[in-house]
Amino acid sequence: MRIGVVTFPGSLDDRDAARAVRIAGGEAVALWHGDADLAGVDAVVLPGGFSYGDYLRCGAIARFAPIMGPIIEAAEKGLPVLGICNGFQILCESHLLPGALVRNDRRKFVCRDQRLRVESDSTAWTSAYSAGQEIVVPLKNGEGGYVADEDTLDRLEGEGRVVVRYLGGNPNGSYRDIAGITNAAGNVVGLMPHPEHAVETLCGPTSDGLGFFASVLGRLAAAR
Amino acid sequence: MARVVVDVMPKRAILDPQGRAVAGALERLGFGGVADVRQGKRFELEIDGELTEERLAELRRAAETLLANTVIEDFTVRVEHVTTQA
Repeated sequence: MRIGVVTFPGSLDDRDAARAVRIAGGEAVALWHGDADLAGVDAVVLPGGFSYGDYLRCGAIARFAPIMGPIIEAAEKGLPVLGICNGFQILCESHLLPGALVRNDRRKFVCRDQRLRVESDSTAWTSAYSAGQEIVVPLKNGEGGYVADEDTLDRLEGEGRVVVRYLGGNPNGSYRDIAGITNAAGNVVGLMPHPEHAVETLCGPTSDGLGFFASVLGRLAAAR
Repeated sequence: MARVVVDVMPKRAILDPQGRAVAGALERLGFGGVADVRQGKRFELEIDGELTEERLAELRRAAETLLANTVIEDFTVRVEHVTTQA
């Protein structure tokens, strides 16, 4: 299974995301933001970073990178896409996911091992977990506050589209402790914490994050 | 030449941590009586050639597409000044 990992100017977690894909048993394919070609990959990861310096809003300029045209088109047809941190912001700016990410309510950059509850195991990226499972993965963000209007939040909750929720304290003021969400079809997932930094205990707090990558590989294998 | 100004402000319902920080600082500095602060962005677009209604409509689309995220922000577009070229 070939999982594309996009490098934007400022991406800093692309190598870790590619490594997570390999540890989970997939083939990581490097994609460049300036190319409008998905190289025939089976899924895409938009990694964390500070794409384009986030000058306007986080992810706002990255959203119009050449690679995003085919990604948006393919995502709307069911291609599994995972956006982590800045990748989550790019997915919101692309309107593949509702809502937006704003500056943390305490205005401080937060970096810590974060406890999370996986709320949904029915997405392409979380099927290796069980709903209600608690995991610990690193979190690091300055603009990680998830916001949306009340109607959108109610719809997300009602449709089971809140994928992961913060436990043990909300690190950034995200509405309803939301750490990650999915689109209606369940193929596009965005989350603020970094599962790619928790894929082996040698250099992560846990290997709890591996499930995101194992999930999509399992989903793709089942579809073949 | 014309200058078109796009003001982008966070929506009332959305948390504005930056505005809140500024409000707190004003209070601490003794500038009382400020109930709330919201911090927005101002874009000044210098426009070549004649500013027609069509061009203005296009700039509104630009504001909606890129300059503002209408999920969390409101925006206004206005023409600040027009100078006729000699």
